[in-house]
Amino acid sequence: MRKGLLWAPLALFALLVGFIVFGLVRPADHVIPSKMIGQPVPGFALPAALPGKPGLDSAALADGKPRLLNVFASWCLPCAAEAPVLMALKDKGVTIDAIAIRDRPDDLAAFLARWGDPFARIGADHDSRVQMAFGSSGVPESFVIDGRGIIRHQHVGPIREEDVPAILAALDGAR
Amino acid sequence: MIAEAGLAALWLAAALAALQLVLGLSALRKAGVAPGAGDGAGKASRQPFSTPFLPSAVEARAGPAIGGPSTTLGRNGRGGGHAGPSTALGMGGDEGSQAGPLTALGIDGGGGAGAGPSAAFGADGDGQTSGAAALGAAIRPLAIVQGLLALFAFACLIALFVRSDMSVKLVVENSHSMKPMLYKWAGAWGNHEGSMLMWVTILAVAGALVGVVERRLREPTLIATLAAQAAIALGFYAFLLFASNPFARLNPAPADGMGLNPLLQDPGLAFHPPTLYLGYVGLSVAFSFAVGALVTRDVGGDFARAMRPWVLAAWIMLTIGITAGSYWAYYELGWGGWWFWDPVENASLMPWLAATALLHSVTVLATRQGLRTWTVMLAVVAFSMSMIGTFLVRSGILTSVHAFAVDPRRGSFILALLILYIGGALALFALRAPTIREGTPFDPVSREGALVGNNLLLSAILGVVLVGTLYPLGVEAVNGEKLSVGPPYFNAAAGPLALILVALMAAGPLLRWRRDELGALARRIALPALLSVATLGAVLLVSPIGVLPLLGLALATGVGAASLAPLWKRNLRRTPLFTWGMVIAHLGIAVSLFGMASESAFTKEKLVAARPGDTVAVGPYSVRFVGVDPIAGPNWTALEATMVARRDNGAPVTLKPQARFFPNPPTETNESAIATRLDGQLYVVLGKGDDDGRWQLRLWWKPFVTLIWGGGGLIALGGALSLLGRLRRERTAHDRRAYL
Repeated sequence: MRKGLLWAPLALFALLVGFIVFGLVRPADHVIPSKMIGQPVPGFALPAALPGKPGLDSAALADGKPRLLNVFASWCLPCAAEAPVLMALKDKGVTIDAIAIRDRPDDLAAFLARWGDPFARIGADHDSRVQMAFGSSGVPESFVIDGRGIIRHQHVGPIREEDVPAILAALDGAR
Repeated sequence: MIAEAGLAALWLAAALAALQLVLGLSALRKAGVAPGAGDGAGKASRQPFSTPFLPSAVEARAGPAIGGPSTTLGRNGRGGGHAGPSTALGMGGDEGSQAGPLTALGIDGGGGAGAGPSAAFGADGDGQTSGAAALGAAIRPLAIVQGLLALFAFACLIALFVRSDMSVKLVVENSHSMKPMLYKWAGAWGNHEGSMLMWVTILAVAGALVGVVERRLREPTLIATLAAQAAIALGFYAFLLFASNPFARLNPAPADGMGLNPLLQDPGLAFHPPTLYLGYVGLSVAFSFAVGALVTRDVGGDFARAMRPWVLAAWIMLTIGITAGSYWAYYELGWGGWWFWDPVENASLMPWLAATALLHSVTVLATRQGLRTWTVMLAVVAFSMSMIGTFLVRSGILTSVHAFAVDPRRGSFILALLILYIGGALALFALRAPTIREGTPFDPVSREGALVGNNLLLSAILGVVLVGTLYPLGVEAVNGEKLSVGPPYFNAAAGPLALILVALMAAGPLLRWRRDELGALARRIALPALLSVATLGAVLLVSPIGVLPLLGLALATGVGAASLAPLWKRNLRRTPLFTWGMVIAHLGIAVSLFGMASESAFTKEKLVAARPGDTVAVGPYSVRFVGVDPIAGPNWTALEATMVARRDNGAPVTLKPQARFFPNPPTETNESAIATRLDGQLYVVLGKGDDDGRWQLRLWWKPFVTLIWGGGGLIALGGALSLLGRLRRERTAHDRRAYL
């Protein structure tokens, strides 16, 4: 009994080493995936961010069609960078809805006029509450949502040219 | 030239460390005490397994010091004239404990397969017998020279920073010619390579000090200790030389450096890391002692008495380092908090907890011959925690505000060293601990019993902190989920344990050694307990506060009183210095606890957007916001707010918090302004301004917050007095023996 106990410190240390090795070899990405993947979208109703374009609510995201939900803001530079890619996706027939984070209508209108407007609907999330409910921690972020309103895929950061196939595949899978 | 000289010194020191290790191992091997299973150096595999377990060798060493010389005498025939003087000494009785084993080293003549120098020593005609003794004699000077070389290398690095030698990569990356001199100096260790060099330097100097002053330890144990110390140093020299060369040149040299992180440009940086490192690495001596004693099967009272001052010294430094670091974070980060349970803070707390436990258990071993196995394990664990702490900070595995640049290659290198040293030491422990004799038994209600309680509770808190620190990593390893563990867990899990520990601390020193009566203890502790209850009632009457702070306040007063009780009815001038030390350190814990509880229960906080001319009330103060002016410092510019604080009808105090901007590298910092009063601190921070001419101001009134660090200072002072007392008593004992 006593002899066995004497090995305990070494065993504990071995366990510790195991964790540390894991910490060393794990890819050093600091992306925090949303816990909402595989879950229905949280219930919400956001007012229109722009006059003349409808706002966004959870019911609109479960209308039977898969779609891309883009979380963005006019004050966000990477969002401008991904705008051409979103336009290209829209031209491929993808429905894109958006949530604008802490934005002003004037700024938003200027942003869309300058970089293009791929969005069917834009909801205004003034205090990031809906963004948080989606498990999104920054802008831009995009979610693939299937026809039943279930979140199928999350993309953190701007969608680049090379990310397009993955996004399209996720949309196909959500059909 | 300086960089090359430093690098050369480092290489030479590494070579000497290797020599020290080989020499130590061959000396031990000749004496037949080298371990059959790794001592962490990996060289043990060359040992024939039968040698270490020769019955005669074990017999000669297993006995207490007095038995040693006579056994030695009997086998001395082969030793020749060289052994003469020391054998003569050995007959004198107790003092022979050093001299005896020195000749005992020569018993086992087998195997002359040492390194070059050992062959040289062995070839002087006496054969291998005196060879071992000579090897042993050479190991001290070797350790000393190695320490001096490391110190020289470190001095070279400081010189490079002071001269702003921009041809050296490290200086370029972490310094700037415009920087104030203090920060040029401190910049030498405000980075990965420099701090590792400082780490190794302290390690080597500690080894050298052991070589210079340590006379209590039996010679084989000392040799094993210095060999272990060299083994550790060797690994970290290799790490420096192959993976973190601080002296690398940059060609062509840039015009100027990139500057030092402004958060680090604070007088605190000049002192905080060195003290902390002295503590961390000072524990390496305890580690090496433990390894040495396990190798030579020499765990006993002498070993404990020899180890105690080293542990105490390292512990004092750790205490000062943690206290200073806490205050530094408090005023420099501008968050108003004094402890954040950040992984790096935990990394410094864990060795402290282990060292505190070790400090108490080593006392049991020194005075009562108890807790042998446990003490040895704690000695191993304490330094292991230091190394793990250093590693976690360096590797970037845990996310922390303190993390230096992440480099997986460095991480793997240090991890390999950790596995070698900690794994090796723990394996040695598991193999050898069964041979450690049981100590003197004692009653649960006794001084020993209380100290065992202290040890268990400290270990439990250590476990709580360790689990909390590594839990995110563990969870991610198991199911990929990312999470962080914060103050709610630590406070809830460690807080109650700490309170129980503090309560026990009140009772422990009032108990007799070996056995005592519960009734007698109750009588002794009645008055402090009453004081606690009175505080509890008083606080409850005044204002309702959380359970932990409430218990903390109540315990603090009672424990403060109880900690003074050992002085009660004693002649204060004849009370030994180490008793004073204990009393003051324990009082310091109570004082610090009072500060923590008061801060968490009674702090008043205000966050306002104010225009110049506005007045804000916080705690007992009303603070008038006068305005904001731009000012310039030596290497920064700042916006400085002027606030005039007034309390009742007292004299006004002017506070000038700043938002500083550093151009090299471009960074903003918040310099809080603090008004310290006897009963607390007024703490103000200047935030951002808005378009309407309003400024964000953050103000705190923190009653008795200074007691947190005041208590820390008392704890360190107590440790220092205790150390002084021990050393002085030893000196007197030594002198007395010398006259006999």
